[in-house]
This record gives sequence, structure tokens and C-alpha cells, in this order.
Amino acid sequence: MAAGNSPMPGAGAAQRYGSGNGAATSGGRQPTNLGDILERVLDKGLVIAGDIQVNLLDIELLTIKLRLVIASLDTAREVGINWWENDPWLSADAGRRALPGKSARGEVDDGDAAGRLREENRRLRGRIRALESGR
Amino acid sequence: MSEDTGIWTYAITEDGHLSGPDGEVDLSWVTGVGEAKVRIITCSGLTALVSDVSLAEFGEGALRENLENLDWLDEVAREHHYVIDAAARLFPLLPVRLATVYSGDAAVCAALAEHNGQLFDALGRVGGRVEWGVKAYPAQEPEAAPESGKPESDKAGPAPPAGNLAGGGAGEDAGPGGGAGLAYLKRRRAQLTAARETKATAVNAAQAVHADLTAKATDTRLYPAQSAQLSGVRQPMLLNAAYLLDPGDSVTFTAAVAGLATAHRELRIELTGPWPPYSFAGDDDGH
Repeated sequence: MAAGNSPMPGAGAAQRYGSGNGAATSGGRQPTNLGDILERVLDKGLVIAGDIQVNLLDIELLTIKLRLVIASLDTAREVGINWWENDPWLSADAGRRALPGKSARGEVDDGDAAGRLREENRRLRGRIRALESGR
Repeated sequence: MSEDTGIWTYAITEDGHLSGPDGEVDLSWVTGVGEAKVRIITCSGLTALVSDVSLAEFGEGALRENLENLDWLDEVAREHHYVIDAAARLFPLLPVRLATVYSGDAAVCAALAEHNGQLFDALGRVGGRVEWGVKAYPAQEPEAAPESGKPESDKAGPAPPAGNLAGGGAGEDAGPGGGAGLAYLKRRRAQLTAARETKATAVNAAQAVHADLTAKATDTRLYPAQSAQLSGVRQPMLLNAAYLLDPGDSVTFTAAVAGLATAHRELRIELTGPWPPYSFAGDDDGH
């Protein structure tokens, strides 16, 4: 919504090159893709913990959920790209490496948190698979 | 500050960036999350762009629920982005991650003081720079090898014979009795081989494009591939990267992308930007 009022050509406007499928307009302005915005505003961006906010652990959980929505892991694996497997968030050791130390406020029980993260992650993967296969 | 109100943070900049010879930058025309006016809080030589939000919608409990709602998230993410994008056109800044909410101005000041060194470092590194997003997909699904003479009809091809396709190799020498089934299997196998080769070529090309663009950028981040639902493209995403540039390099960079798109017909390349330097604002030891 608000992004449409941008006074200059909007950031994130997409330029497409190359042959696409019939539905794609070639070289036209595309509305900014939600995935592009989400991966930037939620996944990246400066992290300084607010004092009122979903506490840090929950924010990280949300990040993982969003990544699972954004990422199409199976498709990507199929074509042999797997660079994010070194990514602490998506690897099996996710919680242990990434959770502690990001903030002075991160007083969470690390082992327990990692376990819950993994469980949550596993459950979400299953749900997304089910959703995608249901289309 | 009322107990029902929190401070939503969009971006952080150096105090000095906001004032010029003609006075302070005016941000009163910018509306943020929940249609609230954007205002500034200055402490420790840094300025935070913020707006007031209702804790009924943006407090801890409410946020946790609302962030699960993709429509709500879509709207708030775009509002958050709009403020950062508008401000980034006016002065160098660090985008702050979505849903960073403080209890009051004093809490914002405490955070600016606590992270002062890190924030100035990051502003020096990315402030004023822009990022461009580049995605690549295979240009086309390999065509279903049209029969000669009837290119468009019969797209679906003949129905596969019952049985396991992987076992097709054994049938190859089955002699003249193979008939239509054997021909189908041969054609199918050729199609699969061609599809595999096309895929491999596209993956290699995407890596080449990334290497080429990385050499032209100050810094690079790789994102996971987006699902087809979010990308709106059926083909698998082979590259999803962000490149950090000095704003003066944008022309050269975008020309380079166009050149690569011409050189790599096997890819469909999508360019987005210029973005505020989102992907480079954090320490990001993950990549």
C-alpha cells in the first residue's frame, strides 16, 4: 500500500530479462514481491533488541518460520544448490550456534531452546510440505 | 509515554546526516506503521526514526500472533519498508529489523548508547550505499520435444505405458516387439537427459553470473531460493542474491546485469532495486 506512494521509482521494482513463461511481462515494472521485502525486513536488517517485543528467542523462531515460507528447499536441492546448508539457521545445529550471544538480553536456556527450535522447525517443514503438495 | 504505547523503530542514522545548510530534514510527510507519523529521537550522536504504535496491536503478545498472519505481515512489512526507503533517499541510514519495539524514548536512547560503537561502524560500512537484488531462473521449461510437423498440438504427449520408467533400459533391446511403448520410453529418456543437461547448464550459468556480479560489488549476500508461491515463477530459483554498491556504481552494475542476461539466454534474470542496504546492516556472521 504505502509503497505505491513512493515519490520516486520504487525501490524493489523488478526488471526482468530473458525469456520467461507467457505470464511474465518482459522488461515491465513489477509490483514489489512480498518475499523480497520479507527476507530483507525480517531476515536481515540491524538487530538491536527492543525492550518491548517478542523476546529474542521468539523473533528468531519467527525468522525461521518465515525462511521456511520463503525458501523452497526441496526445489533448490533438486537442482543442486545447497549453499545455505552451512547457514546456522537451516542446519541441524541451528539453535546452538545462532541463538546465544546475539544480545545481552538473550538469557535463554540454550540447550532447551535449540531442542524446541529443531522440533518447531521440523513440524513447520512438514506443514509446508503438506500445504505445497495440496495445491 | 502511555503504558499502551510503544516505540516502533525503522532506521538509525548519524545525527549529523539529518541537518543540512538549509535546516533539518523534514520527515513529517512520512507515515509509518499503522498510519502513525514518523518522528526522530536523537541520543549519543545517533538518531532513530520511530513512530508510536499501540501495544494492543504491536505489544509482545499481539506481535507474536500478528506476525503469523501473512496479510497483516504483508501490510506492516510494506509500511516499515516504505519509511526506510523514503528516508534512505534523503540520508545514509541503517535499516532496523521489523518488529523492534521499545517501551519509550528513554529505552531507545539506552539502546543507542549501548550499541553506539557497533552502530557507527555499521553506518560507516553501509550508510549511503544501495543494494540490488538479482534472481535467476532457468529461462524455460524444456519443451516436450514436439513431434515434427505438429509443434503445438499434443503438448501432453502420449500417455506413458504402465510400468516403471526407470526400467526402460532393459526394454531397449527387446527387439521389434517393443513398438510404441519402446519408442515412448526412448523419447522420454532423451527428454529427461536433455532436461537434466539444461538444468545443469542453468545452474552453472547462475553461478557464473553471481561470480561476475560479486566482483563488481562491495559486498554480497546470498538468500535462500524463494518458493514458487512467493516468486510467482514456476521455475526453480537458481540464484537469489543481494549486492552492496556505492550509489554511483548503480548504472554500471545494472548495465552489467543486462549484459549478463544477454550473454546467458539459458537464464531468466530478475533485477530489483535500488534497495536501502538491508542485507548488509547487521553483523551477519551467518554468511
